[in-house]
Amino acid sequence: MTAIATPPAGGSNLAPRPRSRARRIKSVVAAAVISITFLIALIPLVFLVGYVIQRGADVISSDFLTQDLPFVDRLPGGGMNPAIVGTLLITGAAALMAIPLGILGGIYLNEYGGKNPLARLIRFLAEVMTGVPSIVMGLFIYTLVVLNTKERTGFAGSLALACLMLPIIIRTTDQMLSLVPRELREGSYALGSRRARTIRTVVLPNAAAGIVSGALLAVARAAGETAPLLFTIGIVRETNTNLFKGQNTALSVQIFTNATSPFSVQQDRAWGAALTLIVIVFIFTILARLVTAFFSRRQAA
Amino acid sequence: MAAIAPPRENELPAPAPKGLGTGPRPPGRITDRLFRWLALASGLLVLAILALIAYTTTKNAWPWFSAEGLGIFKDNWDPAKGQYGAGAMIYGTFLVGVIALIIAVPISVGIALFVTEIAPRRMRKPIIYSVDLLAAIPSVVYGLWALAVLTQPLADIYSNISSATSGIPIIGDLTADPSPTGLSFMTAGIIVAIMIVPIITSITREVFATTPQPLKEATYGMGATRWEMIRGSVFPHSRGGLVSAVMIGLGRAIGETIAVALLIGSSQHISAHIFGPGDTLASIIANQFGESTGEQRAALIGMGVVLFVLTVLVGVMARGVVARYDRKSGATV
Amino acid sequence: MTTEDISMPTLVESTTNVIDVTTEVDAIPADVEEQGPPAEEEPERERELVFELRDLEVQYSGHTAVREVNLDIAAHEITAFIGPSGCGKTTVLRCLNRMHDLTPGAKVIGQVKYHGEDLYASKVDAAEVRRRIGMVFQKPNPFPKTIFDNVAYGPKLNGRKRSELSDIVEHALTRAALWDEVKDKLKNSGLSLSGGQQQRLCIARAIAVQPDVVLMDEPCSALDPIATARIEDLMEELKSEFTIVIVTHNMQQAARTSDRTAFFTAEVDDQNRRVGRLVEYDVTEKLFTAPADARTEGYITGRFG
Repeated sequence: MTAIATPPAGGSNLAPRPRSRARRIKSVVAAAVISITFLIALIPLVFLVGYVIQRGADVISSDFLTQDLPFVDRLPGGGMNPAIVGTLLITGAAALMAIPLGILGGIYLNEYGGKNPLARLIRFLAEVMTGVPSIVMGLFIYTLVVLNTKERTGFAGSLALACLMLPIIIRTTDQMLSLVPRELREGSYALGSRRARTIRTVVLPNAAAGIVSGALLAVARAAGETAPLLFTIGIVRETNTNLFKGQNTALSVQIFTNATSPFSVQQDRAWGAALTLIVIVFIFTILARLVTAFFSRRQAA
Repeated sequence: MAAIAPPRENELPAPAPKGLGTGPRPPGRITDRLFRWLALASGLLVLAILALIAYTTTKNAWPWFSAEGLGIFKDNWDPAKGQYGAGAMIYGTFLVGVIALIIAVPISVGIALFVTEIAPRRMRKPIIYSVDLLAAIPSVVYGLWALAVLTQPLADIYSNISSATSGIPIIGDLTADPSPTGLSFMTAGIIVAIMIVPIITSITREVFATTPQPLKEATYGMGATRWEMIRGSVFPHSRGGLVSAVMIGLGRAIGETIAVALLIGSSQHISAHIFGPGDTLASIIANQFGESTGEQRAALIGMGVVLFVLTVLVGVMARGVVARYDRKSGATV
Repeated sequence: MTTEDISMPTLVESTTNVIDVTTEVDAIPADVEEQGPPAEEEPERERELVFELRDLEVQYSGHTAVREVNLDIAAHEITAFIGPSGCGKTTVLRCLNRMHDLTPGAKVIGQVKYHGEDLYASKVDAAEVRRRIGMVFQKPNPFPKTIFDNVAYGPKLNGRKRSELSDIVEHALTRAALWDEVKDKLKNSGLSLSGGQQQRLCIARAIAVQPDVVLMDEPCSALDPIATARIEDLMEELKSEFTIVIVTHNMQQAARTSDRTAFFTAEVDDQNRRVGRLVEYDVTEKLFTAPADARTEGYITGRFG
């Protein structure tokens, strides 16, 4: 035989009471405020991208993408081809230098250095180096290279960008490698594989998605940088595909110099350049995300 | 009685003799060693570059350092008169940084809380990706956009606020003399704030996410509402991480160059008027380097050195905070 | 003779000139001798020893994890290490293929002899050791590669030509009782298999290099009973070709499968830390039916551990 037990002293009324209602309202309001902050962050993103598309689309045409800059600033027409080519070549050269060195450095930190003092120092300095403002990198290459060779070239800009990218890639590689499970390495060692081979055939493939994604993000960041290029690459009006000879220009630098120009045609070109630059940067950023998404799904299978 | 087993033979072609005998070097050792040295050299590159940065920039800035000595901190920048004190720029760097932090930190914390505590799981990735897109936008594009779209409306707002607060002590001083073009500490600070939100959010989000589930459940178990749980468990647990996120954000803000160069108005005097123009270490270099010569150029490079030292200091402090709170992390709450 | 000449790998790196060693495997190096005269008086089959452990002790960062281990492991036998957790069985197992080299702070003291030679002599190359002494781990750890590439990994390492690989892979998978299940999907990822299949894949991978010894560290602890039974059957078949040493926390498994069993236990030292030691080592049937040590009896009858 069962019966309902007698309720506790406060009664079995489970309805909310006045003081606890105030607390609940406070919680809901807090949640609303918190949610709004997200919208606050989204607003500039949407507005900015929208505005750049709007102003830039007016300017972009096949001429814009393929023609050289006009001989005199206040003339309309012409295109940003020198800057587009400059950005791609200079960033590309920087990537070619920074990515292999960065990955190797990250491999040293995680696979060989571990916790030893030198590795800890390098890790710490790499983190410090990621915080160095890009303009300091520009000054560095200016004093080291431009002053000594008495020339501004696209390659000098690449060097500055590479200095910017190197610590970022080292750190992401280090972190991605540390995520590779120990059992995977042990399985390879247990078959008699040495460290370099284990890294090459087992560890790197496992961490590849993260490393590639990190490298792509570093490239995206470098493509958008202005300050390191300001004092190192000079300026040109015609496309220069030789990074080692003659000055060069880039989208970011063009936008910067044109942004404060009194000539509206130059400002228009700046918007076209801005849209082009954003497209390039977003392509790399989205590519990086796709790599992560695609390869992690395959790994888990 | 036991015998030592002879190394065994195989029916299939064998890979190797089984005994431990003398013989040529085992294969693969040289490649292994070589690879190790290569990796080490790449790591050492970081040390080399940092050392070189310190060396060449200081060397080229030396004329300024030796000519001015401690005068580098003076607020008297006037190249025409041969005066090269950087005090105003150091002040400006910190002012913009502080303004940016005051705006960015609450927003970042809010987004981080939103992502970790409020938004449904499925929304997390899209939210994080969109916030990270903010970080992908180049600084120069932020500057260009703000110049075109924000500066005028902001100029109007500044002028309104300024007249509304004109009599009030302290606040009245801060808001006096608004820039008619909108180019000011405040404008630069707002844009820098937008730019540092992603990094602060990212770190804060990770810190919040590490709040132990049992801790949160214990708080709920006592009848706490969600907000009370956040205040009672998530915040105390995340104190150290939050501080380090703020410091890292400050480091970024200090180094922000191009957007600030476009929006700060280029005036080299220490001024409390946040709606008025100013200059930072980074922005003055960007704006004036091209046409500078002689001691002015040395001074600009020297300001780069000061900037370098500042960011290293902030970075070290951030690391120190993390280390201290890591050690204590068992003890908090 | 170049350093990449992998048709004649040996365990010892030599800085002196190469001594002309015959390439065939039958040659027994001159300094290894049979111990003693052929047995005339003993009733049981003469055991050929693969490992001899003498006063083995392992320390992690100065703290002793296991000590005073003395035992011999014979060829073509299954030797089991049993005991409660923390008693050092896996630690001792890992001494046999020099896995402790990879753990910073680990120190191996005492003697481990492999076919009569000191395994830890300074001239011995650990990677070469592991080509002869393979290991299967507790949690199946196939590489994120195809099934074929997983098994072919070791042979490729040893310099086998491409043309030989498919035969080697098929042979290894067959011996590991996995061939029928995967022969049509060799190009699939190793990770797409079930847990039991993955473990058999790891076994195939280990035996593909034709090791001398296969070490198994609780190979069935992550598997269900059916998968476990299949692997136990497998072990019995593999015994004829390899020497097997298995660590298991499941003593029924040891009783079922092994020829000899070593029982370890953990003691608490004066600093309140656990130190493992070997208690008893004997023919499995004898250890389980008439153990000599009271601690062994206590463990196998379930009184502790």
